Amino acid sequence: MKLPVKMTINGQTQSHEVEPRLLLVHYIRETVGLTGTHVGCDTSQCGACTILMDGQAVKSCTVFTVQAEGAKITTIEGLAKNGDLHPIQQGFWEKHGLQCGFCTPGMILAAYQMLERYPKPSEEQIRHQLEGNLCRCTGYHNIVKAIQWASEHMAGAK
Amino acid sequence: MATDTRLFGKSIKRREDPRFITGRGSYTDDLKLPGMTYAAFVRSPHAHAKIRKIDLAAAKAHPGVVAIFTGKDLTGVNSLPCGWLLPELKVPPHPPLATDAVRYVGDPVAVVIAESQDAALDAAEKVSVDWDVRPAVTATSKAAEKGAAQIHEVAPANVAFKWQIGDAAAVDAAFKGAAVVVKKRIVNQRLVANAMEPRACVARFDQATGDLTLWVTSQNPHVHRLLMTAFVLGIPEHKVRVIAPDVGGGFGSKIFLYNEETVCSWATRQIKRPIRWTSTRREAFQTDAHGRDHVTDAELALSRDGKILGLRVKTLANLGAYLSTFAPAVPTYLYGTLLNGVYEMGAIHCDVTGVFTNTTPVDAYRGAGRPEAAYLLERMIEAGAAALGTDVTEIRKKNFIPKFEHGYQTKVALTYDSGNYAAAFDKLLGMLDYRKIRSEQEAARKQGKLVGVGFSTYIEACSIAPSKVVGQLGAQAGLYESGIVRVHPTGKVTVFTGSHSHGQGHETTFSQLVADELGVPMDDVEVVHGDTGAIAFGMGTYGSRSASVGGTALHMSINKIKEKGKKIAAHLLEASPGDMEYVNGQFQVKGFPGKAVPFGQVALTAYVPHKYPEGLEPGLEETSFYDPSNFCFPFGAHACVVEVDRDTGHVKLLRYVAVDDVGNVINPMIVDGMVHGGIAQGVGQALWEGAVYEDGSGQLVTGTMMDYALPKADMLPMYETERTVTPTPVNPLGIKGAGETGTIAATPAVVNAVVDALRPLGVDHIETMPLTPERVWKTIQAAKAGR
Repeated sequence: MKLPVKMTINGQTQSHEVEPRLLLVHYIRETVGLTGTHVGCDTSQCGACTILMDGQAVKSCTVFTVQAEGAKITTIEGLAKNGDLHPIQQGFWEKHGLQCGFCTPGMILAAYQMLERYPKPSEEQIRHQLEGNLCRCTGYHNIVKAIQWASEHMAGAK
Repeated sequence: MATDTRLFGKSIKRREDPRFITGRGSYTDDLKLPGMTYAAFVRSPHAHAKIRKIDLAAAKAHPGVVAIFTGKDLTGVNSLPCGWLLPELKVPPHPPLATDAVRYVGDPVAVVIAESQDAALDAAEKVSVDWDVRPAVTATSKAAEKGAAQIHEVAPANVAFKWQIGDAAAVDAAFKGAAVVVKKRIVNQRLVANAMEPRACVARFDQATGDLTLWVTSQNPHVHRLLMTAFVLGIPEHKVRVIAPDVGGGFGSKIFLYNEETVCSWATRQIKRPIRWTSTRREAFQTDAHGRDHVTDAELALSRDGKILGLRVKTLANLGAYLSTFAPAVPTYLYGTLLNGVYEMGAIHCDVTGVFTNTTPVDAYRGAGRPEAAYLLERMIEAGAAALGTDVTEIRKKNFIPKFEHGYQTKVALTYDSGNYAAAFDKLLGMLDYRKIRSEQEAARKQGKLVGVGFSTYIEACSIAPSKVVGQLGAQAGLYESGIVRVHPTGKVTVFTGSHSHGQGHETTFSQLVADELGVPMDDVEVVHGDTGAIAFGMGTYGSRSASVGGTALHMSINKIKEKGKKIAAHLLEASPGDMEYVNGQFQVKGFPGKAVPFGQVALTAYVPHKYPEGLEPGLEETSFYDPSNFCFPFGAHACVVEVDRDTGHVKLLRYVAVDDVGNVINPMIVDGMVHGGIAQGVGQALWEGAVYEDGSGQLVTGTMMDYALPKADMLPMYETERTVTPTPVNPLGIKGAGETGTIAATPAVVNAVVDALRPLGVDHIETMPLTPERVWKTIQAAKAGR
């Protein structure tokens, strides 16, 4: 049995028939073909699949596709506008906030919501807010710096 | 070239980042091919069992199933090979799919291939195996005991090898003359690498050409191809192309040839359709090669004034259920040979027994043997200082090997390249403000707080490795690296390296190196890696070897390019090639920048050779293979300050300070990043990480990221890192290697700090890591009870 589902991903309407058990992350990766969202674990620990769903950073491996009916979704591919990197993306580049890059899309989108909630986060807040995202390469040092860089530059832009 | 214009040594932003930060990386699981099928493996739920029967009927009837294969179907497929053969090593069969017995939880017995991933997984659940469950042994210390379950016929008492190094008689004599002898049991627990990208492969057989292409999460695609074609599948090497695209971290776990890519490469030839397999994290925990897992009894002999007279080490090393690709090298030549550390040692003897258990195979994990050696030595040094009542910094200073520039012969076979160990340590003490830290600690203790300071120094053997030497030690491979420099007619440059980036940033570092040496813009240099179809050959990336070995191969090719370019330019200028030099991107008559031919014009002339030296081949491309004459030996000193919560046993990191000496550095930003990540993994081992098997059932209890504690952002501080620079004389770039330093140094620094914090309670050692709140709390309670 398949169910129809319709949502907006990065501004484009997506409409498919899917199995009810299909996880949103697999829908995004396999059905829609946006492979920037990654799967790093089976238990919602790693956060590599983090996306924005109706403005909330969620782990797309814990959402069934059918639950996203009517949702407005942003994946890492939709963050840069008109070819301009978002300040968080720029911050990760400037501060060497990534090495293998696998956790990076999830980190950036988790940081996106973090900076909406706390535009000027303390180091402690940044670390606490990243509790749901794992990185095995950077030891988090430069991820914290990247988010601090973004915070400063987003404030400057306003 | 003026120093300030050099690209070598500059923190240049990474050129690979734009694709990763926009979600445009291309990892193996991102690949989708027409006609793709999907594989799921049926695995043993038991640690040890005979296979009575496998019933495939229900699975075969499942909608969407394309094919199912068991071990018996894999005719003509050989064992997965072991690439490092110690004398009298017991090498048991390691079939890609188990045929008669399984020996660890996760051992694969069948593969289901279907039209969709879901269909493959659903059908795999319908495969019914009749198991004859046998007793299992998982604990390192129990494997060779009488009555333990026997795992392989070829290995009585589960012993794979017995190995030793050093001078037992000299050690005995040293202990007789010792004023103080310290004995400790030191357990270096089992770890799981946990690269964020799970292993994956896509295998495609092209019926029309007979070519097989394998995309695989590999740190060394040529090694994968060689092992698979020459040893396991018996198919022609030149008809196989292995591509390691963007790879999401490795830390050693993606060096090895595994069951799954081998089975998929075989199966695609049967079904004539591409197959994709991607590990779940649960499978990763069960089947990615694990690391460490030593149980050691160590004894240190000291003179009254704190000189190290002798070190005696007996280690049991758990190898898991089968020999992974390089498993025997890790607890032997990458461990025992490092026990000299950075100290003048009176005598050393190390005895290692490698044992099989019903656990996931163990192989190299970041540092591989060297962290085990450093941990042991640095724990023993601080225990020795405690026994003598000496300051932990003084005992180290007293024993450091003095500064040397060309070779130091250790007591365990290695000859160090260059070192200035006291300088790194002094710099660390300065950053830490050691006296102040100790007085703060004293004040905190008076308030009842448990604050501790711990140190480590380390030596690493990396830039792996001189082929002749490793060949004598049992390696079945050479460990050189290749580098091709291809100058295009327009003066643009493509370089091909046999090393592989899975996060290290080769595309940036190597383009920086090449642009620097050729005096061309970085944007004019493209770096190609990870594809056997493009690159001459390659041994890949591990053992901190890419910049030192792979970089030197490129350097050699660049020199050849310059030599050829001089001939071409000299001809154009009607000068003698011997009078030419290459400066600032042009070939010029020595000392006459006005009499010059730019690089681009030489490149064009090489491909449009109308006015060209007699007898010189057209084209401008050079290939080099660099085989190092020795290992390189980075070193450093790390320190950690912790506070332990007396009531909960929770350890808080207050400061982490590191001084590393990795020789010359191409891109400091990238090297710092690797140090940070290494520290996090080393702290992880000290405080949180550890693979646990249940005794008896042999189940992997820490089988997901819910049960195995990976370090998170809020568990770690900012790291204070600095460097000293002692170039190596081994290679012309002076680069030692930087990928593993943090992992090696951090674990002992943290554990030493925790022990130091608990010292007022009478604690002078904690046998087993990780130092979880529970373990620390129990240690505190035992100390209070006077146990």
